[in-house]
Amino acid sequence: MCLAIPAQVLDIDSATDMASVSLDGVRKDISLALVENVQIGDYVLVHVGYALNRISPEEAEETLRLMRSFSEFTENPPGQPATSRATAAIAAETTTGETDGPQR
Amino acid sequence: MKFVDEYRDSGLARDLARAIRDEISEDRDYRLMEFCGGHTHAIFRYGVQDLMPENLRFVHGPGCPVCVLPMARIDQAIAMATEHQVTLCTYGDLMRVPASERQSLLKAKAAGADIRMVYSTQDALRLAREDAARQVVFFAIGFETTTPPTAVALKAARAEGLRNFSVFCNHVLTPPALRAILGSGSGNGQGGDAGSTYSGNGSDDERVQIDGILGPSHVSTVIGSDAYAFVAKDHGIPLVIAGFEPLDVMQSALMLVRLINQGKSDLQNQYSRAVSPEGNTKAQALMRETLAPRDTFEWRGLGWLPNSALRVADAYADWDAERRFPVTAGPSREIKGCECPKVLRGLMEPTDCKLFGTVCSPENPMGACMVSSEGACAAYWSYGRSRQPSRPISQP
Ligand code: SF4
Ligand code: SF4
Repeated sequence: MCLAIPAQVLDIDSATDMASVSLDGVRKDISLALVENVQIGDYVLVHVGYALNRISPEEAEETLRLMRSFSEFTENPPGQPATSRATAAIAAETTTGETDGPQR
Repeated sequence: MKFVDEYRDSGLARDLARAIRDEISEDRDYRLMEFCGGHTHAIFRYGVQDLMPENLRFVHGPGCPVCVLPMARIDQAIAMATEHQVTLCTYGDLMRVPASERQSLLKAKAAGADIRMVYSTQDALRLAREDAARQVVFFAIGFETTTPPTAVALKAARAEGLRNFSVFCNHVLTPPALRAILGSGSGNGQGGDAGSTYSGNGSDDERVQIDGILGPSHVSTVIGSDAYAFVAKDHGIPLVIAGFEPLDVMQSALMLVRLINQGKSDLQNQYSRAVSPEGNTKAQALMRETLAPRDTFEWRGLGWLPNSALRVADAYADWDAERRFPVTAGPSREIKGCECPKVLRGLMEPTDCKLFGTVCSPENPMGACMVSSEGACAAYWSYGRSRQPSRPISQP
């Protein structure tokens, strides 16, 4: 029951601490009582009529970049130099980490 | 939709699945418990289990507040509405949860009790403001995600002097539940083949092994990822805070596979776009101000757990429905044959319950696991019935 949905803030009424957001294309009024310094254009996680938190676009992009790097990595033949920063990070982790797992 | 669609990309899912297969070791099992029903739902809805290697199994945990609420609390809510003639309002998820004597909020409403569904605590406050002659009780339920809106409502009611509004508080806390599941002193500190055993309140032969945990996502936006550091530290099991989209679940599974392979019991945060180490401190302060821990609270499937739930704080006693509308409630009497307690502890799969799909279905739920769409039984019913039965969870 605590599924929260990302929504973009379209309008803020600071007198009532309410905001109008676009939830999957539908305009909805939500409360900003639980968050601080929200700006128009920000993405927030909405749950039962309240913004719970802001979503960080930078962190979201970084997560996606890491995910995409798996395809680059798996397509790279072994020994091939890694291309992106994330790929390099994963490649480093994979080669330094113990991949065989502990013996049973 | 932004921040949703990207995390449902099937091409990326295939790549992540391949990366997991590449890293998995053939000669061991990976039992990953998802604490949250949101993960259970994503795993079934997107067929994530089918993309995983044979020896990686998701074990479903108790993570849905609707599923773990014992019947007695719903009996009490119904009694408040019928004996004290209050207007009882609550979230839709609760309406069909079975109560004692084949009752439910929905049936009580049909029989004349004033029971309403609300979307938000703001709607409950509005009902109270509109008619001062009516006593409005908000039947509050949920983990830490759903708790801050209740705190805001209590604060607003006191600030406005809203005397005809009160809260029947059933908010429960996830860290004590995880502790109970993991048991004290279990785990071998190094991951490895022993994993962890837990028995909850059950007997010693009722154990299941866990090698890693997918930690709550939206709960963690509120209390922060640091709140789960104890899992790695005290129980020696890796935990990854995982978002609810299918790619989030898969990337988290990969992170857990790596930690397990390395024998590391670390805490990692996959859902960093919404979860910080310290969480939402404003929401936490509001919760501390308006609510207080209960000495003990009953969880369906886990029994009575100390310091695992919240009540209305003394400073807000005038807005506490339990003090204003006392009701006597008998012990919970679960429906005979319902295996929810075992399902919630990962000890049994829903399809092993004799009532599953015969008398028990989402249209006519016998236990709470079939009510919420995040319950394991409902997830199996909606998405999993055509699947091959999965391999039995290997026992120590
Ligand atoms: S976030 Fe909350 S309601 Fe949602 S699945 Fe997890 S525990 Fe259940
Ligand atoms: S199938 Fe129904 S009766 Fe059986 S455990 Fe699930 S909810 Fe309970």
